[in-house]
Amino acid sequence: MSRPGFVLEVDERTPPLLVHQGEGFLLERFPLGTRVVYPPDSLPPVANVDAAIQRALMQPVDSPPLPDLLRSGMRLTIVFDDISLPLPQMRPPDIRQRVIEHVLELAAEAGVDDVELIAANSLHRRMTPAELKRIVGERVFRAFFPKHLRNHDAEDPDGLVHLGTTAHGEDVEINRRAAESDLIVYANINLTAMSGGSKSVTVGLGSYRSLRHHHNVHTLRHSRSFNDPPNSAMHHSYDRMAEVLGEAVKVFTIETTLNLDSFPNHVGFLNRREWEWGIGDQLSYLAAKRANDLAPPKLRRRLWQSNDAPYGVTGVNAGRPDSVHPLTLANVHRQQLTEVQGQSDIGVWGLPFICPYNVNSIMNPILVMSLGLGYFFNLYRNQPIVRRGGVGIFYHPMPKEFHPVHHPSYIDFFEEVLPQTTDPAAIEAKYEQQFATDPWYTHLYRTSYAYHGVHPFYMWYWGAHAMEHLGDVIFVGADRKTAAVMGFRAASSLADALEMARDTVGSSPSITYLHAPPVTLADVR
Amino acid sequence: MMPALEYRQSTPRFLAARGASSTRLGGRMSGVLASNVAPLRLVHRAEPSLPAGEWVRLRPLLSGICGSDVSLLTGRSSPYFGAVVSMPFVPGHEVVAETLDDLPGLAKGSRVVVDPVLSCAVRGGTPCRWCVAGQHSRCDRVTAGRVSAGLQTGYCTDTGGGWGRQMVAHAAQLHQVPDTLDDRRAVLVEPLACAVHSVRRANVPAGAAVLIVGAGTVGLLTLLALRALTKAGPIYVVAKHAHQHARARELGATEVFQPSRAARAVRRACGGTLEQPMIGGDFLLGGADVAFECTGAGSGLDMALRLVRAGGTVLLSGMPSGGVDLTPVWFRELNLVGSYASSGSATSPAAGPETDEQGTAEPAGGAFAEAMALAAEAPLDGYVDAIYPLSRWREALGHAAKAGQLGAVKVAFDPSRN
Ligand SMILES: [Zn+2]
Ligand SMILES: [Zn+2]
Repeated sequence: MSRPGFVLEVDERTPPLLVHQGEGFLLERFPLGTRVVYPPDSLPPVANVDAAIQRALMQPVDSPPLPDLLRSGMRLTIVFDDISLPLPQMRPPDIRQRVIEHVLELAAEAGVDDVELIAANSLHRRMTPAELKRIVGERVFRAFFPKHLRNHDAEDPDGLVHLGTTAHGEDVEINRRAAESDLIVYANINLTAMSGGSKSVTVGLGSYRSLRHHHNVHTLRHSRSFNDPPNSAMHHSYDRMAEVLGEAVKVFTIETTLNLDSFPNHVGFLNRREWEWGIGDQLSYLAAKRANDLAPPKLRRRLWQSNDAPYGVTGVNAGRPDSVHPLTLANVHRQQLTEVQGQSDIGVWGLPFICPYNVNSIMNPILVMSLGLGYFFNLYRNQPIVRRGGVGIFYHPMPKEFHPVHHPSYIDFFEEVLPQTTDPAAIEAKYEQQFATDPWYTHLYRTSYAYHGVHPFYMWYWGAHAMEHLGDVIFVGADRKTAAVMGFRAASSLADALEMARDTVGSSPSITYLHAPPVTLADVR
Repeated sequence: MMPALEYRQSTPRFLAARGASSTRLGGRMSGVLASNVAPLRLVHRAEPSLPAGEWVRLRPLLSGICGSDVSLLTGRSSPYFGAVVSMPFVPGHEVVAETLDDLPGLAKGSRVVVDPVLSCAVRGGTPCRWCVAGQHSRCDRVTAGRVSAGLQTGYCTDTGGGWGRQMVAHAAQLHQVPDTLDDRRAVLVEPLACAVHSVRRANVPAGAAVLIVGAGTVGLLTLLALRALTKAGPIYVVAKHAHQHARARELGATEVFQPSRAARAVRRACGGTLEQPMIGGDFLLGGADVAFECTGAGSGLDMALRLVRAGGTVLLSGMPSGGVDLTPVWFRELNLVGSYASSGSATSPAAGPETDEQGTAEPAGGAFAEAMALAAEAPLDGYVDAIYPLSRWREALGHAAKAGQLGAVKVAFDPSRN
C-alpha cells in the first residue's frame, strides 16, 4: 500500500524543501510552523495495461461492450486529448496510443471502415505531425495521417455544426464530422479533476461560440474550485452541454488515470519527500541543480521539455461518459487528494517549467499567471489553502518571453491590454470580442501553429477567482517589470516576500506550501 | 556689428560631422558631437542691409532650433541642399521678432512671425507659376532675384537668420502676432504652419486611420493640425518618450505606441496581418490609411512605409535622412507625398484651388493664419521652455538633438540675451 497524502509541519529538523521555479528549482528553508502539503505516494500502476483496456472495452459502465456498438457501414470518430495532457509528456507508448489501437482493432473486426481520428485541441494550437505521431503511435499515424487523422479546427465554418442550446441558452457547437458520426469514441487522460467527463467532447471539439458560455469571468469566479466539479459553475455548464450533445450523438468514453511518476530516474529526487532522500538523491540533486543552473537557457529549456515522464497507469474506465467520470475522479482523488485542516494567511506555490499550453514551447508571463493563480491556486476542494484577503506567494522567474508562432495574440494581450487594465471583467468587456474575431489570429490558428486569438483571455480569466480572493500576489524571483505589468509584485527571496506580505497579513502569518509537482489536490476542511 | 551664429561649410568639417554622426554611437551622441565638429561658430559680423524697399530689419525675440537645423549641423542633411543655399549664412527660420522699421500697415515695433520661404514675392522679378498660384513653397526661383540663393531665411547669406541679433525680411514674409499670443507660442507658428500644410497635402479622408511616426515638435503639431483641420478617425502616434506619450494624448491621439511595438499595435488597431521578414522590420498587409513621417530619420520613414495599407499615403513631414528600402512603395502601391514649408501667405493673392492632384486648397490667409489661430488655442504650454543665449549654442544644440530624451519639445535661442 502506498502512503496517503500528508501535511508536514516545518520544525527544527525539517530539511530545506524542494521548490520549483520555472526551468529551475531550489531547496528552500521555510519558517517554522509552515505547513507543507504532500500528495499521497505514487500509486502502484496497473500491471497489465493492455488487459485493463481490453476489460474496460468489454465490460464498460452503463453501456454495451464496445464491439456491440460497432457495425460495418457506420461512421466512427475517435477523439483524443491533445498535447496539453499529460504534463510532463508521457514516455512512449502513450496511453492514448494503446487505447486507440485496441479500439481500431475492434473496429476492424466489426468491418467498420469509415473511421476518422480527431485531436480534441479545441482553441489550442494545432499539433505538428510529429506531435500527433507521438500521441497515437507510429502505426496509427501511418495508416491515418493526414486524411483521416487531424486536428480539430474550431474556425472551419463548414466543419462545425450547431447542435442546439441548453436550458440556459448556451450554444453547443462542435466538430461536424464527430457530431454526424454514429459513434464517438473518446480516449482521455485525466490528469486533474477538472478535465475529462462532460468537458471532453463539448470543449475539446467545441468552438468559440460555444466556449464563451463557460470560459468567462463570471463562471470562473463561481467555480470554487474548477477542480471540484460539483462546486464548479464551469462544470455545470459542461454538463448541460453534454446533455445536448448526448441527444445528438452517442459517445463511448475511455478515461485513464496516471500515477505521480512525473520525472525520470536520474532526477528521481523530484518524486520523493525531502527527508527521505538518500545519499544518492542528495548527490543527484546537487548534480542536477548545478548542471541546470549552468546550462545556457536554450539547452535548459530543451532538457526540461524533453523530459519524458515514466507514468504508471492507475485506471482505465470505459462506457457512458457520465457514469465513467465519477470512477475516474475517484482514481484522481486517490492519487492526489490530501486533507488539510483550515486555511492559512499565506499560500505558497512553486511553479514548474510546464503548463498545458507551453509543451514544446515557451511559458510566457500570461501562462505563468494562469499556472499560478489559475491551475495551482485552484488545486483545492471546499476552500482555498489561503484565506480570503491572504497573500499568494508564487515562485517563477517570469521572463518577458513569448513564442512568436504559438502565442501571437498573447504578445498583443501583454503589450496592449494589460497596460490598460488587469481587471478580468474589464478586459473581457472591452477586448475579448476584438481578439476572438481578429482575422489574423484566426488565420494563424487555422494554418499555422497558433493558439486562438481569445486564448490569452481565457488564461487571464482562469486567475479571476484567485485575483478576487487574494489580498496580494508576490512572485519570488520574477522579473520586476514583467510582474508589474501584470499587477503583481516581485520579491528576490522568500524572506523578502514575507516582509512584503506583512502589510497584508501581519508579522507572524500562518503559511501553507502546496508541494508540487506532482499535483496535489488540497481538501481544505 | 552684432553677434550671430554663422554656418560656413568647409568640406573637411562637413565630412567630420557626417562621419561622426553616421556611426551608431555617433547617431546617439549626435548632440554632443555636434558641439565639437559642427561647422558653426559664434561670430561678430555686420548687420545685414536692406536689399530693397518693402524690406525691414528685425530683432529676433525667440528663434527655434528645427530638426532640419540639427540634421544640417550633424552632417545628416542631403548634399542636395548645397545648391540652394548661399554661404556663409546665419541659420534660424523659426522666428518671432520685433520690426525695427515702418512698413505700410505695420508700424515699427510690431511683433511678427516670419514665413521663411524666399519666393518670388521676396526676390522680385516675374513670379514663377507656383507663386502665381499662391503656392510659394514650391517656388522655382529660390536661387534668382535680388537676394542670393537660399530656399529660406536661415540659409541665405544676405538676409541673416534667427540665430543672430538682427536680420532682414520682406514684407511678404511677415505675419503680425496678436498681443494675446506670447513669444513662446509665437515661435511655434512657423513649424505649426508646416504641419498645417502637410495635413492639407495628405488630403486625409473623413474617418481615415492615421499613423504619426514621431512625437517631437513636428509629430505633435501634425497631430494638433489633424485634429483641428480634418475629420480623421483614429490617430495613432509612435513615440519614444513618456512625456511625448502624455502630450500626444492631450492633443487627441487615439493611442500612443512605443516604436518597438508599433507594428503589432497598428495591426491590432487597423487590421491586417503581420509579416516578419528574415531581415528588416515587420510589415503589415493592412494597416493605417495615411502615415505621417515626422522623425526625419530613415528608420521613421521605413516604419511608415511598412505600416500603411496598400494604396495608402505616406507623407514626408521631416526632412528625410538616411537610406530607406522603397519596396513597399512599389509593392503596396503607396502614395509617397512630400510636404515642404507652408503655402498661402497673407500678402499673396487669395490662394486659388491647388493645382496639385494630391492636395486640397489652402484657405485664404494661408497656413500661417491657421497656425496663428491654432497656436492661440491649443494646449502648448511648456512646449518652449529651454531657451538659450547664442553664446551657449553648444548646449542648446545638444539639448535640441536630445530634446525627446530630456523631456523637451522645442529648444530656442533668445538672441538678445548675452
Ligand atoms: Zn524647420
Ligand atoms: Zn516663385
